[in-house]
Amino acid sequence: MTGSTELKATGIVAGYIPDMPILHGVSVVVGAGEVVSIIGPNGAGKSTLIKAIAGLVGISDGNVTLDDKDITDVPAHSLASAGVGYVPQNGNVFATLTIHENLVMGGAALAKAVAQERIEEIYGMYPVLKERTREKAGVLSGGQRQILAVARALLTKPRLMMLDEPTAGLSPMAAAELFGVVRGMAERGAAVLMVEQNAKAALRVSDHGYVLADGQNRIEGPASALLEDEEIGEIFLGVRRKEAV
Amino acid sequence: MFLQHVADGILSGAIVGLGAIGLSFSMKMLRFANFSHSELLTWGAYSALIFLSFAGSFSGSFDTIGPFSFGIPLVIAMGFSCLLTSVIALLLHRFVYLRLSKTAGHMTMVFASFGVALILRHMVVLIWGSDPIYYSNELQLAVLLPGNVRVLPDQVFLLGLTVVVVIALHLFMTRSRAGIAMRGVAESPDLARVSGVNVDRVITFVWIIGASGAALAGVLYGMTVQIRPELGFSLILPLFAAAILGGAGSLYGAVLGGLIVGLSENLSVMIIPTTYKPAVPFLLILAILYFQPRGIFGEPEK
Repeated sequence: MTGSTELKATGIVAGYIPDMPILHGVSVVVGAGEVVSIIGPNGAGKSTLIKAIAGLVGISDGNVTLDDKDITDVPAHSLASAGVGYVPQNGNVFATLTIHENLVMGGAALAKAVAQERIEEIYGMYPVLKERTREKAGVLSGGQRQILAVARALLTKPRLMMLDEPTAGLSPMAAAELFGVVRGMAERGAAVLMVEQNAKAALRVSDHGYVLADGQNRIEGPASALLEDEEIGEIFLGVRRKEAV
Repeated sequence: MFLQHVADGILSGAIVGLGAIGLSFSMKMLRFANFSHSELLTWGAYSALIFLSFAGSFSGSFDTIGPFSFGIPLVIAMGFSCLLTSVIALLLHRFVYLRLSKTAGHMTMVFASFGVALILRHMVVLIWGSDPIYYSNELQLAVLLPGNVRVLPDQVFLLGLTVVVVIALHLFMTRSRAGIAMRGVAESPDLARVSGVNVDRVITFVWIIGASGAALAGVLYGMTVQIRPELGFSLILPLFAAAILGGAGSLYGAVLGGLIVGLSENLSVMIIPTTYKPAVPFLLILAILYFQPRGIFGEPEK
């Protein structure tokens, strides 16, 4: 984890169906030790952008580099060992596998001994998981589930961590705890890219923010500036107009 | 008579269970109903025959092991059969199903599997003819068990081998990283991918395990009944009933499903004429789909 880690996605054109792109040339940059949030209305292409970087959605134009290494066409399963961690929004744990097995899955790209060592480290970091290693992940509460999902992705010690709506459906307390985990990752030097529906809360823990709309970059800037921007507040952060109150 | 039917049911159920493992896995992980799977049982039975005729022509006849009708060559032939059947399955995957899965829908793959089944079955007729064949002409005396139940030593071997295979598979699926990866892929291929699992390699494993189970089931059927080109085809309904009953993707489900199918087929003859026996799996499939569509151990689709 050096200070130079940087994700650069430039001019990404991507979508699920060929010739029907959802993203029309989106660009984002995430530096090491930085939390960057992507916000925007539903259908803006936020999740698609993360999936495209994670290798799950085909990129038809543009490129993605991590530390100046081109990872645009690296298959999804090789990205884990290339330093990319990804926590999807839905189904982000293997509900039919035990907690321990979920972590084993997270270490699939590692040598067995290394994976075992890392799993022990994770148990040290999140004792709540250690207590229930043999239980099926499907029985976990929403908050514990998210912790497991993040832990699974953390196992490879990714230099870039991407999270798709990590606090969706969580209680305010669990969400705050998760944002704490997210900050922790950045403090340990990872580049963190996060998509959040809860834009205000996300920007509060972020260094930088991007607003996407219709598959294009709209506004970007330091998170604190975006939080104070009235226009964004009205459109995306759910701040009501004064006269409407 | 009741206990005899139970014994026969368990024995035929064990064969169906072994054969259904691959079908169940392919339903879950490859996400289509593979009607050519039953032909892998046929090819498994004939593959062992290939090995036996080679072994026989080199060294004449072999002694049989203990009370069984077969000798060491058949045991080795089983391994050879698993190997050859896996190769066939992987070729089918590579040149038919994998290609189709990229462009075509599930129904197309189902119909393709019908076509593949026809080709495989008639290749057997072309090479070996349509007359029934036996691995051995040794005569076996049935062993009399308490309760006036008669079983052949070969049938005891069949049951023992099934138990060993299921235990070995269980350990593989729960203890090894490859087995855990397989279960992960079954639940969510994308999440497995981003975790660093090479899903294509896992699917290769799925075919090998499924084909080997089918091969063993085919050889065991050949040992205890007879080898003929319709061997697999005649088991297609029981196989599907077992896989659906147990729940797609479940190892124990497939085996338990096999036992239930075997038992209900064999016990049914106590109340309905034997001619209707083949209809029993049909009724089972209907009943499962009506009452418990995801089967006993099946996970709900998300």
